[in-house]
Amino acid sequence: MKDFILPDADFGTPARRSDKTVTLTIDGMDVTVPEGTSVMRAAAMAGIEIPKLCATDSLEPIGSCRLCMVEIEGRRGTPASCTTPAADGMEVHTQTPKLAKLRRGVMELYISDHPLDCLTCAANGDCQLQDMAGAVGLREVRYTPGANHFQTRQNGEANPRFEAKDTSNPYFTYDPAKCIACFRCVRACEEVQGTFALTVEGRGFEARIASGTSDFLNSDCVSCGACVQACPTATLQENAVIEHGTPDRAIVTTCAYCGVGCSLRAEMKGDRLIRMVPWKDGKANRGHSCVKGRFAFGYAAHPDRIRNPMIRETIDQPWREVSWDEALAFTAQRLRAIQAESGTGAIGGITSSRCTNEETFLVQKLIRQVFGNNNVDTCARVCHSPTGYGLKTTFGTSAGTQDFDSVEAADVVLVIGANPTDGHPVFASRLKKRLRQGAKLIVADPRRIDLVKGPHVQAAHHLALRPGTNVALLTAMAHVIVTEGLTDSAFITERCDAEAFADWAAFVSEEHLSPEATEALTGVPADQVRQAARLYATGGNAAIYYGLGVTEHSQGSTTVMAIANLAMATGNIGRPGVGVNPLRGQNNVQGSCDMGSFPHELPGYRHVHDAEARGVFERLWNVTISDEPGLRIPNMLDAAVDGSFRGLYVQGEDILQSDPDTKHVAAGLAAMDCVIVHDLFLNETANYAHVFLPGSSFLEKDGTFTNAERRLNRVRRVMAPMTGLADWEVTMALANAMGAGWDYAHPSEIMDEIAATTPSFAGVSYDLLEREGSVQWPCNAAAPLGTPVMHEAGFVRGKGLFVITDYVPTDERTGPRFPLLLTTGRILSQYNVGAQTRRTANTAWHGEDRLEIHPHDAETRGIAEGDWVRLASRSGETSLRATLTDRVSPGVVYTTFHHPETQANVVTSDYSDWATNCPEYKVTAVQVALSNGPSDWQEDYAAQARAARRILPAAE
Amino acid sequence: MTPDKLAYMANQIATAFARLPDDEAEAAIAAHIDQFWDPRMRARLLSLAESPNTGLSDRARGAAALIRRPETA
Repeated sequence: MKDFILPDADFGTPARRSDKTVTLTIDGMDVTVPEGTSVMRAAAMAGIEIPKLCATDSLEPIGSCRLCMVEIEGRRGTPASCTTPAADGMEVHTQTPKLAKLRRGVMELYISDHPLDCLTCAANGDCQLQDMAGAVGLREVRYTPGANHFQTRQNGEANPRFEAKDTSNPYFTYDPAKCIACFRCVRACEEVQGTFALTVEGRGFEARIASGTSDFLNSDCVSCGACVQACPTATLQENAVIEHGTPDRAIVTTCAYCGVGCSLRAEMKGDRLIRMVPWKDGKANRGHSCVKGRFAFGYAAHPDRIRNPMIRETIDQPWREVSWDEALAFTAQRLRAIQAESGTGAIGGITSSRCTNEETFLVQKLIRQVFGNNNVDTCARVCHSPTGYGLKTTFGTSAGTQDFDSVEAADVVLVIGANPTDGHPVFASRLKKRLRQGAKLIVADPRRIDLVKGPHVQAAHHLALRPGTNVALLTAMAHVIVTEGLTDSAFITERCDAEAFADWAAFVSEEHLSPEATEALTGVPADQVRQAARLYATGGNAAIYYGLGVTEHSQGSTTVMAIANLAMATGNIGRPGVGVNPLRGQNNVQGSCDMGSFPHELPGYRHVHDAEARGVFERLWNVTISDEPGLRIPNMLDAAVDGSFRGLYVQGEDILQSDPDTKHVAAGLAAMDCVIVHDLFLNETANYAHVFLPGSSFLEKDGTFTNAERRLNRVRRVMAPMTGLADWEVTMALANAMGAGWDYAHPSEIMDEIAATTPSFAGVSYDLLEREGSVQWPCNAAAPLGTPVMHEAGFVRGKGLFVITDYVPTDERTGPRFPLLLTTGRILSQYNVGAQTRRTANTAWHGEDRLEIHPHDAETRGIAEGDWVRLASRSGETSLRATLTDRVSPGVVYTTFHHPETQANVVTSDYSDWATNCPEYKVTAVQVALSNGPSDWQEDYAAQARAARRILPAAE
Repeated sequence: MTPDKLAYMANQIATAFARLPDDEAEAAIAAHIDQFWDPRMRARLLSLAESPNTGLSDRARGAAALIRRPETA
């Protein structure tokens, strides 16, 4: 760990957990540690630093560098302290004349094959080799340069051992000349990331680190950066450090990409962010990160950032840059005029799952208090709203039941409709670690995701179901569990509603729901379903992790309830290692839901029908809160086309690109009279906006994000907002332009208001977060430090409720015109609509959306690898290039939706979940055919977007 | 919000409660719509339920009688 400049104590070897402790003496000091702890770690815990190079506390020790040797009374030789377990009564000496001599000898050998260019080296001042040379008192190197790896030429000829730098990765450089062969990078790739991309070639003096057979960029490397972080020298070095020098201060904050919510140290030089380093004490990520969180932050300083507010009368005009005051006055006047003409309910807003809890709370407050209605929604509408409905119905509250640490205690993991290695990579690394220790994996996914088979990980069962048949598959699993007597009767009797269970058990036992009877629907062999069900029910602690492949269906809510049924029936709820875990997409989508972003719910998931809950806000805000549910996003767009909904404030979301049936979204937006987009960039939605309020990135403001495990993590301002105002200040200014009179001086005051009004957050404050680092809600008098595992003593709703889950096929059907099923997903290097990642070097991995098609389906259509194809559905058509792969089954095609040029959502349908209107992204009947390039629609769209993005030059 | 789409949504909800007896199903459909539908959507649904041949299933139509009347239609 390169942490000498900005220390983050390295104990040398990982912590051990044990009920037993041992006491030893190190340099005369008594130390008591858990059994299994290394002597090196015990010493570090006592404040004694033993020199080391190959050891770091994120990796298991290998005892290779020989620098950490110690002397132990009664033992012969000088054992390596990193691999020697501490024992009771041991007397250890870390500094003796004998050790000093040996260590100097070791260092001398290391330095004999290392360039002495320290002053101009990128790791200067941040190099453990340099530090250790100092620590052991190395004063001379007696060896004359013989065979070595660092001189480009030797004896007048090219040095055959010298390898040039590998600069293929856009974020870091591999310089083999500086390598000391400590293998920390190789071990980090294996143990921390679980990708096994790096290896060691050759033995002894010939040992070199290699990324397979090619350069880093074209290898299996996923650019997580764990190797760079582990490297003790400049061998693997961030390019930003090479370019700008070492950072001088660090501020712990929270990643703004996915719902894992990694804690990162933003390492700064002045107001420039040099690098992000995962924070070891981050409870979600435990010191790991992915290519997005660690490296893809350059969008925040991208020239596309809009820095001034802009307005226009109509959307066919160019933008006009104006002052904040003018923009806000224009907006307030328009919104009030619409309400005067068309009623209180004619305007609304969308909160952002990218913004902080505090900002989200303010947007829904603006709508409820100042707009005077409940027309507020958030992007969870199009992702996990069925989780909200399904888990609230069955368990009583809408959130994942576990923390991420829980996976360490799981014996069987069922992953449904999620692709963690791409969508939630840091969780995937933690899952893979557990799988390598022997936990069993069941994957239910139409596509062969990476987890199905990878290095040292193989799913026991891959249930490759036909898109749209989740409910039939899960109910068939329930059929097996009930009819084969695999239920946990004690749990059910004690914890669940007996009558509902009896009804459900009778229902799932019906013969037509058996795996054999539903095989024709799901396409999954009955025997596989039976074996998977038995494994889930009887394999020990069984945990379910699921994603949008569950929710984004016309039966999304039913599928969530089917998942909850399985967990309850087998007693897999209420302790570590089990549970029902929605992998939330956005960094703060959990938080945006918690903060009252749904049109039927006040903060804390209290329905607007609840007079007591309304009263809390009415007294504080001095208004009457409407007891009528507001419009959901798809309903807003429908109502806009009807003319009854005319004004929309969209904070940090790009509904035109992300929501289904693009043409319908565009028609809804075009019909409105005041669309306000509050964002970093002129996104696709802004093409239809009248007001653009420039946003601030997560680096520019204080606040909190809540991740998929209900954990509130602090977001800390590391630089000033580029536009002068953080997003919460902009929302406040808009509210005040409409007469609200808000006067928050800091986001902590907003959190205080959240705590004062919302029982599950009653104990949360910035002081608590500073003290504890993070907490998981509920956090209140009953759980002052938060709640890692939910439903431990009983379900939030009282008794767990089994719900009958009849399979209803979607109305989106294949037929002669549209014979294939399209499903969609994400890729590791890009993020959702790509607004951020497309503005970083991550495009090196994924520069365009591709259509995955099975070679059989491709062959019958005459499609070859890389061909342009036309993808058409009943809703629309687009063109993109094809990739032939057997990851998808015949009859199924797959694409990502990261690039606006492709606009995969022009193809997706208008069908949605019966309970929540969550769109059915995951099933669209399509046809694929060869094409010549972009479709007419794509060209029209691009032309409209170009025209809509014109900005008038500033007035002289 | 086209009448077809509203009817489709109401029928989808009715299908989700298909296993319940008529009276319980109608109560469940109405409760769901009361909880999640904005007043203008409910008002339109109620007017759909009053006219024949609007594509509403029998149970969705039956539930209409139990749906909370919006104050401002």
